[in-house]
Amino acid sequence: MAIPWFKYASPASFYGLAGRMVPWFTALAIASALVGLWIGLVAAPTDFQQGDSYRIIYIHVPAAWMGMFVYLVMAGWAAAGLVFNTRLSGMMVQALAPTGALFTFIALWTGALWGRPTWGAYWVWDARLTSTLILLFLYLGYLALRASIDDARRADRAGAVLVLVGAINVPIIYFSVRWWNTLHQGASVNLQGSSMATVMLTGMLVMAFAAWMYTLAVSLARVRAIIIERERHAAWVAALPREGSPAGG
Amino acid sequence: MIGTLAWVLRRDLRLALRRPAELAFALFFFLIVASLFPIGIGPQPELLRAIAPGVLWVAALLASLLALPRLFSADHADGTLEQMAIAPHPLTLIVVAKLAAHWLTTGLPLTLLAPLIALQFGLPAEAIGVLVLSLALGTPVLGAIGAVGAALTLGLRGGGVLTAILVLPLYIPALIFGAGAVEATVAGTGASGHLSLLAALLVFTLTFAPWAAAASVRIALE
Repeated sequence: MAIPWFKYASPASFYGLAGRMVPWFTALAIASALVGLWIGLVAAPTDFQQGDSYRIIYIHVPAAWMGMFVYLVMAGWAAAGLVFNTRLSGMMVQALAPTGALFTFIALWTGALWGRPTWGAYWVWDARLTSTLILLFLYLGYLALRASIDDARRADRAGAVLVLVGAINVPIIYFSVRWWNTLHQGASVNLQGSSMATVMLTGMLVMAFAAWMYTLAVSLARVRAIIIERERHAAWVAALPREGSPAGG
Repeated sequence: MIGTLAWVLRRDLRLALRRPAELAFALFFFLIVASLFPIGIGPQPELLRAIAPGVLWVAALLASLLALPRLFSADHADGTLEQMAIAPHPLTLIVVAKLAAHWLTTGLPLTLLAPLIALQFGLPAEAIGVLVLSLALGTPVLGAIGAVGAALTLGLRGGGVLTAILVLPLYIPALIFGAGAVEATVAGTGASGHLSLLAALLVFTLTFAPWAAAASVRIALE
């Protein structure tokens, strides 16, 4: 049986597929975010040590997971783009990067808001915080490189090399930062090591699912815009029905 | 193969030595930046000794960052790089030779200048030895990673700052192990762990970075 592996590697056919998937992922994201927030803000009990400030984890942890995971997905697309020379891969990397950067930023921001009441400081040079900050720098580097190359194909390939180099470096950076941190100040800060209550864990996982669905919806919607922009001279784009403009316009 | 390597190395060295003032820029920069810290912070010897490893390493890192455009941009501007890319010899090999020439004209002088600046910060002799060793191991890492960034940004707007944004996050492991080695010596815990990791990083980087830099050069030339 011949599986059409590369059918949706063509931007023209992926455009339609993405368009059909976006509403589903959007609906799932909204529904699971509502459920997750309800569990997190209403159903879950107040933590006996941290009070209500712990509730920030329902945003913080999914955002941190997503920030790391999106970079891996970008690296996967970048490798695919360099190996198979498919145009869609570069577009996917481009579409995912802002969302990944956003989640990394949210993770740092909410972490600072949580750290103030809990640790007494907005920022400590903890290994995880530092490596998350460096991850944000890697995202910003990709976005900056992309923004300064006018030719989209060169931007795809240069960005792919940069993302791959970054992805190889992420474990090195993580372990070097951990080593640096333990030598400097010992284990001063532990994220709550104790086991979480089931309802809290459930809320967090539901929110993580919402973050996944949001990422899928947003990046697919963004990749549609990128496809249209880059393929605007192609015949299939000209043949698309125009939305939001008077008929025949 | 060896002939190509030697030829590119000789050519790059000769070109670099024709403009000795440009070579000195990075060194002056290193000297000035490192001197700004005592002026900004105050002349307490204890404090200076404590911050010396980090300050010296960061200054050396920034100085080698400033020298990165020399690697490819002149050859890119006059078309030599294209000829190198279509030459029958592997571009990776040519990049290795260029990196070697670049290190001899940037990393090595920085390493040799470092003890002088370390004296200003009152580092003990043993720590100065470790500083030289860590810079000798670390500056090739900086050059090799930087080559990828320099190649990716060839001919782009805002090249220098862009290279810095791309490359500086990737420099962090080298900075941690390099400055950590000197700090460990000052603290008396021994630098061998840091230096071993730095050497491992050097081997790893020299294995993969020239390949990535060559790929980036090809992308820039398309």
